[in-house]
Order: sequence, then C-alpha cells, then structure tokens
Amino acid sequence: MSKEELKIRLAELFPAAVFEEGAEWTTVAIDAAGWEGFAREVRRAEGLEFDYLFCVTAVDWKTHFTMVYHLTSTLYRHVLVVKAKLDHEQPVIRTVSDIWRTAEFHEREAYDLMGVVFTGHPDLRRLFMTDEWKGWPLRKDYEDPVNMIKL
Amino acid sequence: MDVSPQHTDNKPFPGEVHPTAGGGILVTKLDEVINWARSNSLWPLVFGTSCCAIEMMSTAAPKYDWSRFGFEVARATPRQADVIIIAGTIVNKMAPVLKRLYDQMADPKYVIAMGACATSGGPFFYNTYSVVKGADHVIPVDVYVAGCPPRPEALLHALITLQEKIKRGAS
Amino acid sequence: MIEEVGTTAEGDLVINVGPQHPSTHGVLHLVITLNGETIKKVEPHLGYIHRSIEKMCESLSYRQFIYVTSRMDYLSSHINNHGCALCVEKGMQIEVPARAKVIRVLMDELTRLASHQLWWGAMAMDVGALTPFFHAFRERESINDIMEETCGARLTMNYMVPGGVMVDIHPNFQKRVKEFIQFFRGKIDEYDELVTGNVIFKSRMKGVGYLSPESAVSYGCTGPTARGSGVSCDVRKLYPYEVYGQLQFEEVTASGGDCFARYMVRMREMRQSLSIIEQLIDIIPEGEFQAKTKAVLKLPKGEFYSRVETARGEFGVYIISEGATTPYRIKFRSPGFSNLSALDHMARGHKIGDLVAIMGTLDLVIPDIDR
Repeated sequence: MSKEELKIRLAELFPAAVFEEGAEWTTVAIDAAGWEGFAREVRRAEGLEFDYLFCVTAVDWKTHFTMVYHLTSTLYRHVLVVKAKLDHEQPVIRTVSDIWRTAEFHEREAYDLMGVVFTGHPDLRRLFMTDEWKGWPLRKDYEDPVNMIKL
Repeated sequence: MDVSPQHTDNKPFPGEVHPTAGGGILVTKLDEVINWARSNSLWPLVFGTSCCAIEMMSTAAPKYDWSRFGFEVARATPRQADVIIIAGTIVNKMAPVLKRLYDQMADPKYVIAMGACATSGGPFFYNTYSVVKGADHVIPVDVYVAGCPPRPEALLHALITLQEKIKRGAS
Repeated sequence: MIEEVGTTAEGDLVINVGPQHPSTHGVLHLVITLNGETIKKVEPHLGYIHRSIEKMCESLSYRQFIYVTSRMDYLSSHINNHGCALCVEKGMQIEVPARAKVIRVLMDELTRLASHQLWWGAMAMDVGALTPFFHAFRERESINDIMEETCGARLTMNYMVPGGVMVDIHPNFQKRVKEFIQFFRGKIDEYDELVTGNVIFKSRMKGVGYLSPESAVSYGCTGPTARGSGVSCDVRKLYPYEVYGQLQFEEVTASGGDCFARYMVRMREMRQSLSIIEQLIDIIPEGEFQAKTKAVLKLPKGEFYSRVETARGEFGVYIISEGATTPYRIKFRSPGFSNLSALDHMARGHKIGDLVAIMGTLDLVIPDIDR
C-alpha cells in the first residue's frame, strides 16, 4: 500500500488518530490509552498486517515523553510510524511484547534508560545498568557529577 | 700537598645506608635466570571486551604471531594465566568482574592496558555515565599501549616492553 | 524470572556463562538453567560494555558522532558509518557524487567479506576446529592492508563523511582489489573443503537451533539469522541505497532454519559480495569524492531514519533534530539486539555444546547490542 492509501485505511479504522504531514513514512499520533487496541488491529487487519516491529524509541521532550514505534509488514512492505504521548511525571503505557516478541528487550531498555513503565510486561527490570542504579540516565535532567565529565 | 682539614675530619656519612636484599652473586644470577624464564613464557588471559580484542586476535594470528615471544597459550581461566591484557573499555558493571579475575590470578601477575579506552577512557571520556576512565582505577597496570585500536605491532612492542621490565626485576 | 546461581527448588542447576568466556564473543553474561545437561532457559544479562553512546552523541556535532558508530559494531565499521552519513545527508538534502557512491559500496562489500571471514574463523574455533581461525585471519589481513592504504586504519576507519568519502582512493586500490578477488575466490572453495563438508561439523550444526520464519519476524531478527529461516529481509534489495539498485546480485536465503542453514547463507553471501566487487571495480566513475558541504552542519527540525545492511542485519539510525548543531536524540537500531532475543527460544531443549554452536551462527558482537 502506498503512503496515501495507508493513511486513508487507518483513518477509517481509527477516527481519533492524528496524522503528521511531511514525513517520509505514514506517521500517526495516537492516545497512549488506546495503544493496545491499535496495536492488535494493525497486526491482524486484512491488508495491513504489520508483523515486524523494528524500532522502539523513547524521547524525552522535557514537558512530556513520546514513545515512537516503527512498524513494517513483511508481506506488503509498507512502513508505519506510531507515536504515543506520555505524561512526564508518570510515563506509563501498555506493553506490546505479547504481540511482537521483540518488544520485550526494547521495552526493558526504554525502562532502564528513560524510566517509562510498561504495564503487563513479563519481566520489567533494568537491562544495561546495574540493578541498584538510581536515576534514568537518558533523561535530559539527569545529573551525575560522579561519573559524567562534561566537556 | 696537604689534604685540607675538611676532608680529614670524620663526619657522618650523608644520607642513609640501606642494606640490599640478596645474598651476593649466586642469588642475583639465579634471580636473573628466573626472570628470564618468566618473561619468555607469559601466558595471556583471554579477556577482550570490545574492538581492541580484534586487534589482539590479529596479534595472535599468523601474520603478527605473538607466540614467537612466548605467549603461546592463551588460557581461558585466570588460574593458569600470567598476564591479563585488558583489551577494550571497562564500564561500571564490568569493573567488579575485572577485579575478581585479577584476584584469581596467581602471583607473579602482570597487566597490560591495551588501547585508549583501557588507558584513560579513550573516546568515551566526556559525557558518559557508565565508563570507568581508565583500567588503572580498578587494578594496577604495568604497561600502557596507546592507539584506538593499537596496531598489532604496537601490542607486540608492549609485550616486549613488559618482558624487558620483568628481566630488569622491576615488577 | 530472575534466577540466582545455585540449585533451584526442582533440582535444576543455574550456572553462569561469561562474562569472561572464550565463546561469548565479547562480554555476554548468560544465566542458564539446566536439567542435567539439557538447557531449560537461557537468560542474557547485558550491559557489561554499555558505553552510553546515545547520551554521548547528544553533545557531539553531526560530523563528530560518526566515529562512535565505528566502535559499536566494529566488524562492519564502514557500514555503520555509511548508515550515519546517509541519515545526515537525508536531513540536509545533500547529493552524493557518483564516484563517492561507488567507492562507498566497494568499501562496504570488502567490510562484509572481512566480517564474514572473521565470523567463520571464530565460529569454527568455537565448535572445536582451531585451524580455520588462522586461515581466516590470514585472508583478513589482505583486506586490512587494502583498507589501510586508503583509509589509514585497519579496524575503525572513519572514512565515510556526510557528502561522500574523506579522501580519494589510493592509486593502487583497483590493482590490489583485483588481485584479492583472484586470490580469495580459490580460498572460499578451500573453506568449503575444510569445514563445510566435514561430517562432525555437519552433525553439530544440522537440526540444532531451529528458528521458524514466524518467530524470526516476531523476534525482529534480520540479516543472515532471519534469512536462514527463509525470511527475505535484505535492505540492499528491499530499500536500495547508493548503487545497489543497479547491481546484479542475489539475496541469499535458505529454508532450513537451523544452524547449518545460517552457516550456508553466510558462505554464499561471501560469494555474492565478491561478485558485487567484481562488477564495480572496473567502472569507478571519475569525479569528486566529496560533495561541497558547509563546515558546520545543522539538520532542520524533524526526524530522519536511514537503514543499511551490515554483516549482521539491518542497522538503523534514527535522528530527531531540533535545528541545532547537535542532535536532540539519536537512536541506533542495532541488529544484534533483536537477534539475541531469539537465543532463548532457539536454545531450549539443547545441550550446552549446542548453545555454543547457536551463538556462533547468530554472529553476535556485544558492543553492538549494548551500545
């Protein structure tokens, strides 16, 4: 499906979704609460079948967080970018590790480095840092005078 | 010619006199033989964390062969190794593991810090929260090798320097 | 859940493999739950080489952050640099001259060959054959010499820059590469004779570590790991970049799904790389090797994603820029991270020796996973 057809199809399935213009791939911003339903739908729907989640990113915008999911389909080869906005004090979103198994490790990394909590994750704990590490290193307000030497 | 008075007075010897260890010519010769034997058969420990490990493997490979210098057998267990070549960056999570490996090695043991990361943190010095800025924060290092990664010839030079250090008895 | 080393309530043994172990290819710590010698669960513990690269890149300029990716997957260092340069060029709308494109593809394929050579040597060493290690490194030195003449370094060369390549190729480059192609063609046949047909090797690889195509896609595997299960995912074919769209080469897949299939995929990929180099080496176009760009690059506000095919799979660079001279957020989508998550699925029910064979065919480079 081309970018335009994909946009039309998604708009009729999810009327509440907001599309971003001017990006290379179809980009849609959804509400974090509806993420599970959206994910299951795009995974199963006829003609969409996004079975390949290839990039999960957490971005700290200082006033809020954004989770960015890059999806593609091995059958139709179209790409979809999904963004979900999260609260800065309590970033919580449902996990998708039961839909795409690759999300298990990606979400652990987002939890470890950014502090985003994924409800329903089978094993949410730190991945890269030691278990006793305090703080979320990749956040913009992370201060670590002991370890970080600033240029 | 008369010797001036200041030279004939018996003043106390300036400085301090330390009795040196050793029992004369026999033991020092034995020491030399032991040091020669030690330096020519150092067995390295298989320990490479990142990119420098590939250059270390290239040094073990046929073109820059290090077994001509005695580093024939690379042991995987620290109990049987003599020298640990820290090839790669040491991060906070790895530092206790490195210390434990060093403690498990039997004396006499030597350490070579290979590459910029093991020497001082290297390219990961600024703005990183997890890198230990130099392996000598964790264990004492004998020889440092510069480079990112150092060429195999540079690593061979470091090994020869270590061998000379051992022969001098300075370790 | 989290297992402590010791004996569990059911009498299973929990042991550590690594982080210092000859077969973990870097610092990978596996906690294995065993029943006798049969594996019940494998749990990778990462972070022993986590160098906070993504945080560091937020304070480096767009020309500076490329050197760091060389050190991530150091066996495909050119290809990683290429991915970063493509992303910056996409953002700044820079047009790369034809000569630079061809040089970049040549360097990429040479790197892929070098990486597969090392993989072959190290994997054979893991399953017990020590001789191929020396063969592989001897041939790898030829490629290192060619790279050193042009780029100045053997392992982490910072050769690709936004706009093209840093310096022009050495006058000897074409001659040496042609000699290398003649030399190496015979060597791949030697590799097949030495290892591939060996009865012991085959019985250690066939039927071990089965990964079904649906699992491969669900776990996000790319590269030879997924192609060994029949999933077609070569970025050079699906989303062609540089001159790959005009070249004649096949995407190598195998349908076995086991270790032997992944092994054969990589061996055939080496031959494909040789044929790509042969197609290009005589027709390097004349012209500039680097497009004229401003000294200080500032990407416009927005997001840019570029993907390249490294020797391990798909490497993605995702830059979110706010219009400054440094990126706001960079995310590196590394192939090893997803390939590793399939290890538990593949290794259950096998023995420890099979685990080593599976890890060898996954071709993990741990700094790539930990970033």
